Amino acid sequence: MRRLIADQTHSISLKLNGKLVHAEAEPRMLLSDFIRHVLGAKGTHVGCEHGVCGACTVRMDGGLARSCLTLAVQADGAEIETVEHLAPEPGSLSVLQNSFRRHHALQCGFCTAGILMSLDTLLHDHPEAGETEIRDALAGHLCRCTGYEPIVTAAMEAAEILQKERVNA
Amino acid sequence: MKPAPFDYLRAGTVQEAQAALAAEGEGARVIAGGQSLVAMLNMRLARPTLLVDVMHVAGGAEIRVERGQLVVPFAVRQAALLNRRDLLSEVPLLAAALPWVGHVQTRARGTVCGSVAHADPSAEIALALVALDGTVHLRGRRARRLPAAEFFTGMMQTAARPDEMIEAVSFPLSQEGTGHAFNEVGIRHGDFAIVSVGAIATGDRLRLAIGGVNDTPLVRDWSSLDERQVDDALNDLAWSLDARDDLHATARYRRDLVRRLGRKTIKEARQCAA
Repeated sequence: MRRLIADQTHSISLKLNGKLVHAEAEPRMLLSDFIRHVLGAKGTHVGCEHGVCGACTVRMDGGLARSCLTLAVQADGAEIETVEHLAPEPGSLSVLQNSFRRHHALQCGFCTAGILMSLDTLLHDHPEAGETEIRDALAGHLCRCTGYEPIVTAAMEAAEILQKERVNA
Repeated sequence: MKPAPFDYLRAGTVQEAQAALAAEGEGARVIAGGQSLVAMLNMRLARPTLLVDVMHVAGGAEIRVERGQLVVPFAVRQAALLNRRDLLSEVPLLAAALPWVGHVQTRARGTVCGSVAHADPSAEIALALVALDGTVHLRGRRARRLPAAEFFTGMMQTAARPDEMIEAVSFPLSQEGTGHAFNEVGIRHGDFAIVSVGAIATGDRLRLAIGGVNDTPLVRDWSSLDERQVDDALNDLAWSLDARDDLHATARYRRDLVRRLGRKTIKEARQCAA
């Protein structure tokens, strides 16, 4: 049990998108700032910084987390996945991301990284998810461009494609 | 929107956590899921000198049934309780209320005990705990247990002392023939409740719990209340509350929600009991 002192930086090790990284942070540093400013992964966006808008949503040890409501020191030893992890390889898009593009499920894109993380997790954990579950997951996000309808359409199409892929696999 | 500086300590045992709280005094706060506390830190509404992280204490996330109670220790996340297979039969009011607690993204991190410790007037878990005559298990130098109704003392105020942490909260298991229902109105599903209502019906007896209006969850009991008396009883209840205007709703709207949600929730609880 070691007390990490305020105003000093402390070493933090975590897995970011499958890669073990080590860096330094003060106890008060938010995970969102740690990911963006210290680790340089800027796909995760920061909106309201009090857990309302959902833009900063990431996956932490397999479950969703608001990275603005998580301290970097809390994530020491954790596995973090961000939007950068969704594409299967550089230059390609995941099924969900492709559906987003097809259905214009984003305009300015500010909220998109968080929404993709929530929907990707939903479709992974509950492949049978329908419109109700998709809308429930979206309730934790704010999008001021789309009116949500294209996002729901894209998510439902992605769910269908993924289900077919699973059957054929 | 960045927290003021604080020290951070990851406790390995409850004893370590408690000793750290006792040594630090007023400036210490327990951090579990952080879904309420980190927002408070970001807005600098809370400026602790030390955060004691209890999420790595062994056994802190193991829910158990003990002497007719569902015991939920300090590190149990809201999502874990909601996903418990038997929750609907064990504590139906919790099963009905938990989907209203924050969003799926915050339930994945936020803990049950953390919500109780935060004591927000609109918190659904606090409402269920008071409605069911649950118990808060506190651990200071000594352990003590408080009835939920005595634990919540005001808006975000509790009877916990600075050196105490919540070790668990416990909910009595549901009895046969009792019906439970829960309803809520908020701006979005998952936002803070403007009014939330829990109802427990056993035979002629009826209990209503109201959240989001007074500083702490309010409970009202009736030994019998037939169909013709419901509207008057709800009207009296609505006027007896300390409803206030705020950014989200007027006092009048809150009273109206108490009447409408109350009627609906009573009906649903009685149907479940039948």
